Amino acid sequence: MRAWLPTALRGLLLLALLAFLVSPESFEPLLKPLVQQDAPAIYNHGSLLSLTLQHLRTVFIATAAATIIAIGLAILVTRPIGAEFLPLSRSLVNIGQTFPPVAVLALAVPAVGFGEKPTLIALFLYGLLPIFENTLTALTNLPRSVMEAARGAGMTGFQRLFQVELPLSLPVIVAGIRLSVVINLSTATIGSTVAAKTLGEVIIAGLQSNNLAFILQGGLIVGALAILIYDSLSGVEKLLTRRVGRR
Amino acid sequence: MIEIDAITKTYDEIAVVDDVSMVIEPRTITVVVGTSGSGKTTLLRMINRLVEPTSGEIRLDGDDNRSMPAHELRRRIGYAIQGHGLFPHRTVAQNIATVPRLLGWEKPRMDAKVAELLTLFQLEPEIFGPRYPHQLSGGQQQRVGVARALAAEPNVLLMDEPFGALDPIIRAKAQDDLLAIQKHFGTTIVLVTHDMNEAFHLANKIAVMDKGKVVQYGPPVELVRAPTTDFVKTLIGDAERPFRLLSVANAAAAVEPGEAEGEPIQEDRSQQDALAALLWSGRDALPVVSVGGKPIGRIKLSTLLKRAARLQ
Ligand SMILES: Nc1ncnc2c1ncn2[C@@H]1O[C@H](COP(=O)(O)OP(=O)(O)OP(=O)(O)O)[C@@H](O)[C@H]1O
Ligand SMILES: [Mg+2]
Repeated sequence: MRAWLPTALRGLLLLALLAFLVSPESFEPLLKPLVQQDAPAIYNHGSLLSLTLQHLRTVFIATAAATIIAIGLAILVTRPIGAEFLPLSRSLVNIGQTFPPVAVLALAVPAVGFGEKPTLIALFLYGLLPIFENTLTALTNLPRSVMEAARGAGMTGFQRLFQVELPLSLPVIVAGIRLSVVINLSTATIGSTVAAKTLGEVIIAGLQSNNLAFILQGGLIVGALAILIYDSLSGVEKLLTRRVGRR
Repeated sequence: MIEIDAITKTYDEIAVVDDVSMVIEPRTITVVVGTSGSGKTTLLRMINRLVEPTSGEIRLDGDDNRSMPAHELRRRIGYAIQGHGLFPHRTVAQNIATVPRLLGWEKPRMDAKVAELLTLFQLEPEIFGPRYPHQLSGGQQQRVGVARALAAEPNVLLMDEPFGALDPIIRAKAQDDLLAIQKHFGTTIVLVTHDMNEAFHLANKIAVMDKGKVVQYGPPVELVRAPTTDFVKTLIGDAERPFRLLSVANAAAAVEPGEAEGEPIQEDRSQQDALAALLWSGRDALPVVSVGGKPIGRIKLSTLLKRAARLQ
């Protein structure tokens, strides 16, 4: 495969997605064969564009919060003062990973009621784990000779953290964020079962009215978003990996 | 001057460094040898407090090394390790400038120092300064590691098997570089190695460690002539003894007036080199020239044979 082909395909995907969001009606002929006579082929209970933006907003807020907390916790348990909590946090992570996101959502609703809140909480909680785990792995597997040299050169704990440990861990941390974002992009659709404004609305509406076109367009938008975000974060990760000299 | 005073380090009740006392003179190279696990690295790391001793005291120029915060102490002591530990995300120039930057040097002074050191290690500053460590050969990485340790002009340089990963030719070159640099800066160097040839080549004094104790500490010649334990004897190697004696003395010390035929040898080469040249060319005597190339006399095979014998 030629090197430019994947990039070109991504560009096309992005264009198609934008075109669909800005002017869904022009795609009507494509989706029409999927629905019965008289049924609408394009989602008509609200703007797809604004739903998409709200979907992204929810995912972004939840992942950003998860990133800050997860990295902070991972830093804490890898310092001498937090070392006691390292084994505990490791097992918590392992247990957490086996928990399905839907279950987290189901548990959040009774606590905070319906709407965007339980979705944010579920996404936040589920997004924590991959980032925490990756940051922990990165911080505890730094090359020994490099850490030894940093100490031997007379760096303080803070200087080692910010000048050596975090920069070297960044690619792995970004990989964790990427995983979180992608999981959360799809998990957010389930948020609409508890009345959050996300693209899940489109899919649910399709399920309720037996409208295949709705289900498809909701799913495809989420899928396209996931692919595009996943790919661009992969790109960032590659760039960072090259920057830290490990290719 | 480094005074190591009754230093002990125990891990789980086992003394890995056991009541070690020694004085390291300023501007000398002290080489620590011994089998694996004998406590060499632990001893070295107690000097810059990467390891805190269980008991005892280490003084640098008279001051207890615990009289200042550990990170400040380490900025004043160079530290070079096997596998160099260069920061992969920083350029060669940034790596070398690590300690000066921590000390808050002005940029021009830092840049000048980086250029000076790179030049000293025969690395073109414009070419190698902006590179990243992974773009260097192993030997070049190792030189940058030593340059980084020297950047803040420390009085003391600690080296833990710094040349362990190098091939024999590059290693010999690195050793000669180190000797030249030690002369240039007058640094006090403590170096750990497994390579006895390296120890004899570099050391003013050798400390032999066995099971946490320093069993002998003295000039190389003394180790050969009067090993205190069987362990020291084994370490030096029975068959190697005469050659070790010749290896630590300059050709200049065996010169006598007179002339000889054939290829001359420079006065700063070792007597071992002179013996090798004599044996290989089948001559009885060898002309000796000064570093500048002026003839200064000859070395006779019989002189060297006498010098290699135990009693003189
Ligand atoms: N942090 C530690 N905890 C427990 N034991 C340790 C620790 N560091 C070193 N040791 C033990 O102390 C002993 C001496 O270790 P040290 O690293 O000083 O040996 P060394 O002489 O440098 O060996 P080598 O030549 O293999 O590098 C070893 O038996 C080692 O297992
Ligand atoms: Mg060691």
